[in-house]
Amino acid sequence: MPQSILGTGGTQNARGGIIPYPIARQPWGMLIPLFLLVLFGAAVLYSAAGGSMEPYASSHLIRFGVFLLMASVIASLPREFVRFMTYPAFITVFLMLLAVELLGQVRGGSQRWLDLGFMDLQPSELMKPVIVVTLAHYFASLPVGMIATWRALVVPGAMIGLPVGLVLLQPDLGTSLAIVFGGGVVMLLAGLPLRWFIAAGAAGAAAAPLIFFFGLQDYQQRRVMTMFDPEADALGAGYHIAQSKIAIGSGGIFGKGFNNGSQSHLQYLPEPHTDFVFATMAEEWGLIGGLFVLAVFSIILRWGLKVARESRDRFSNLLAAGMSATIFFYIAVNLLMVMGMAPVVGIPLPFMSHGGSSMMTNMICIGALMMVNRWNRNAPRGGLSG
Amino acid sequence: MKRFFQLGRHLGGGTKKAANQRGQLVNASTLKHTFDRRAVVIGGVQYGVGVLLAVRMGYLAIAENEKYRLESESNRVNLTLIPPRRGWILDRDGAPLASNRADFRVDVIPERLTDPDAMIDQIGELLALEPDRIADLKAKISGSRGFAPIEVASGLDYEEFAALSVRLPDMQGVVPQRGFSRYYPTASSVGHLIGYVGPASAEEFELDRNPILITPGHKIGKDALEKQFEQELRGVPGARRVEVTAGGRIVRDLETRDDIQGDPVRLTIDGPLQDYAARRIGLESGSVVVMDCLTGDLLCMASMPSFDPNSFSDGIGSVEYAMLREDVRVPLRNKVLKGLYPPGSTVKPMHCMAFLKAGVKPTDTIVCGGGRRIGNRFFNCHSNHGVVNMDKAIAQSCDSYFYHFAQAVGFDAVAEMAKDLGMGQEFPLPVTSQFYGTVPTPDWKFNKFGREWQSFDTVNASIGQGYYLASPLQLAVMSARLATGRRLNPRLVLDGSTVDPVSYNFKDDEITHIRQAMSNVVNGAGTARRARLPIPDIQIAGKTGTAQVVSLSVSNGRTGPWKYRDHGLFTFFAPTENPRYAGAVVIEHGGGSGSAYPIARDVMTFMFDPQKGLDALKSLEAQWGGTAQERLERNYAAYAAERGAAVSPPPRRDEDIFDRVEAEARVAAQQSEEIAEEFVAPRADQTASGTTPPPPIGVN
Repeated sequence: MPQSILGTGGTQNARGGIIPYPIARQPWGMLIPLFLLVLFGAAVLYSAAGGSMEPYASSHLIRFGVFLLMASVIASLPREFVRFMTYPAFITVFLMLLAVELLGQVRGGSQRWLDLGFMDLQPSELMKPVIVVTLAHYFASLPVGMIATWRALVVPGAMIGLPVGLVLLQPDLGTSLAIVFGGGVVMLLAGLPLRWFIAAGAAGAAAAPLIFFFGLQDYQQRRVMTMFDPEADALGAGYHIAQSKIAIGSGGIFGKGFNNGSQSHLQYLPEPHTDFVFATMAEEWGLIGGLFVLAVFSIILRWGLKVARESRDRFSNLLAAGMSATIFFYIAVNLLMVMGMAPVVGIPLPFMSHGGSSMMTNMICIGALMMVNRWNRNAPRGGLSG
Repeated sequence: MKRFFQLGRHLGGGTKKAANQRGQLVNASTLKHTFDRRAVVIGGVQYGVGVLLAVRMGYLAIAENEKYRLESESNRVNLTLIPPRRGWILDRDGAPLASNRADFRVDVIPERLTDPDAMIDQIGELLALEPDRIADLKAKISGSRGFAPIEVASGLDYEEFAALSVRLPDMQGVVPQRGFSRYYPTASSVGHLIGYVGPASAEEFELDRNPILITPGHKIGKDALEKQFEQELRGVPGARRVEVTAGGRIVRDLETRDDIQGDPVRLTIDGPLQDYAARRIGLESGSVVVMDCLTGDLLCMASMPSFDPNSFSDGIGSVEYAMLREDVRVPLRNKVLKGLYPPGSTVKPMHCMAFLKAGVKPTDTIVCGGGRRIGNRFFNCHSNHGVVNMDKAIAQSCDSYFYHFAQAVGFDAVAEMAKDLGMGQEFPLPVTSQFYGTVPTPDWKFNKFGREWQSFDTVNASIGQGYYLASPLQLAVMSARLATGRRLNPRLVLDGSTVDPVSYNFKDDEITHIRQAMSNVVNGAGTARRARLPIPDIQIAGKTGTAQVVSLSVSNGRTGPWKYRDHGLFTFFAPTENPRYAGAVVIEHGGGSGSAYPIARDVMTFMFDPQKGLDALKSLEAQWGGTAQERLERNYAAYAAERGAAVSPPPRRDEDIFDRVEAEARVAAQQSEEIAEEFVAPRADQTASGTTPPPPIGVN
């Protein structure tokens, strides 16, 4: 049965096989492509470091290992515990955001992380998955009939708006957009009237010029402008996008070969190991490598949406869909940016870019999806709860 | 999809009441349907984005692959032109007058500097540059067009070069390199003759958009022969393909093509003679020209004081420029070609040839009674010569003789001879410009001033005064043509061709007469007896000249303000019987011919017996305080110490500097015109000389 490779369907078959149940029940259909992608990412980082495991590739693999462990812990959490912990978690992360802002005020200068002693923690990163859980929990608790009332809008609006406001103050436009996007998707899927979204979209479109001219910093305005004509200012703000497109375009179909990327090795490509890791990859592996990456991402996202649709209860529905939307947002914005179709926003590519906090966020999302997947398996089909 | 929106609209009904009216209750089941439908749409959007990305990537990697591969290559590979080594300029024996020296240098490219002033300060500190040099550089960078490199320093030693090179990653726009710089071994002695080199200006790049012109370290000829022979000397640039990082660091060499050195240019100049003559001028301001009487080869075209072309090649510094500008001896003017002086008595032998051609016999005499009546006016001679024939008229420079016979044959006939022998003429020489001078005639005067030619004009012109103007080169050519009776043309380039100058068809006895009379100037009872060569069997013949620039009432020509003193001139050839060399010496404001002929004597002595000539020069230089180059350097140091940074910068373009010098040379040439509208009464003592000119300001 070909479906057995996809974790959700494989449970019954594996139960009688040689492979122990706890291993066989894992969603290997998603995990194996994910492992391949992380390994591929490590290879690209190996090349980006000039042909060396240090400093990127090894820590990339170690972090993935650690966060995979974390994801499996998350995957094992029971639903009631998660729902019980949702609001406290939200409040904790919100307070941490506030703390970052206040400490920044006190010390002077903007700050994004909290020094916890053993690691630097970016609360804004944690807020991305947490806002999804929180809204999923809220809408799951909201009486069905009230979905078209102000309570379905104002409270979630505040839940999104307050942290986003703090993140914008940092200022971190990319993360703010990610939080808004995650929260917005959950609200959409929760069944809020569509015309509210249309109205919000229209209002946003009308406000965009105002925001552009009065809300954005100079450098952000330039980034937006250069998206439309990157070659116009090839040594200034358009440099990043122009170099990224050169890297991708010069790779051709089969690429220049592993460790042969001149754009990344000669430092023409900015941030070849973080935001522009896809360009680094595409230069050396070509269109083939790019299609592989896109294929793995579509397998992961398809699995995520499948998990969401298969869940029985509203909380799980919204949680899983919101988590995959968060991952999608990272992928889409990053890839649109490196290919010159979105302004330069500091958003890394999930599972390939070197960077602890984005790896943590994405693995929380993966863990949460695995958790919902487990609930789906354990809950009887068609059951309705909470 | 349609139902998705329908549901949205129903839910959008807003209130429960509205929903109820339509009979559609929102319940868990409809919400689940909404979720499913919207999730499908979101999934669709995600796939859509995925397909968009795949298509976009395919477009970049396949359709635009060619374009981006080229851009990636042009990123990776940097093509650097290697400035070609410039061809040498050689003297007639193959010794270099201009060669190349390997050195370390550093340039900046202004448009790549983020903070030019800070960068120059930083480099200045590293290389210990002088404050005025730093100020010059800043001014130059702010006034530059950006892409053309500006030389910061050359001739660096290895430690300085290394100190700069290691800091290169932080110094965008700074280009240190190993290269060759132009070297002039005899320095200021050849400054006016050879010219100098410098980086191409923006204007020059506009004219010739050759990328080598804006390659750091490449220099082109800026003046004189360096400029005239630019194409021959330039050579073919080499190229180096290197792999570079975005920061400009070179990763490895890919390919190198060597440069091809420019062709050498061989001159007719005798290098040692040129240097000797330049040094022999000493503290005076003047020029020495020596020609070969067989070929017309110019053996020496010394003009002093001069500038050091070695120090001009990295740009003309403010202090240097100010010092040269303030020196009354105009070191920037090539006096051989652009110094115009009344030729004075040096034209007398040539005028005698005109008289002979007009039928005057050498034995014809006049009586000089301390002057002579021409028409109804008495014109003074500088002395009372009694009965004067042609030989005595030349040897003792009797003016009365020339007043009389010029009036007798008419000055037009004399002027025709003068022009035929090179006065007022240009010569086919590879020089940037040469001045014609003036041979005054009645027509010329009427055309220029609208006034009739007067008898005093004939009188003035007959002794080389008045409107008469000649350059030292013309005087040398005249004396060579007169001595040989052949139409010799001056040559500057030794290209192996032979010349056979046409004869003027002077009669042998005419030439012999003139030669003998000129020999008597030195070797007989003449005006330049101290010009006799200290070599037993070789005799020099010549003619002294003293050119007045102001009337007797203003100055006696020997003392008082330097600029009012007479010019000292001497034309010569040697040996007397069979002229081999001819030439002219002109000393500006030397106070009389006595300042000129000793120089001619020593130069000719050097020609025939170099050791004897050098001995004479050594003792003189001991008095003057060193060679010309040593004095120039000392003056510069003293000037810089005194005036420091309080000087105005030179014009931005070298062309402007030399345009200005040329304009001033024309004005200076007109100085003697001011007294030409009146009879120029000759000095009593024709062989006098004044004291040396005042030194440049601030130097003792």
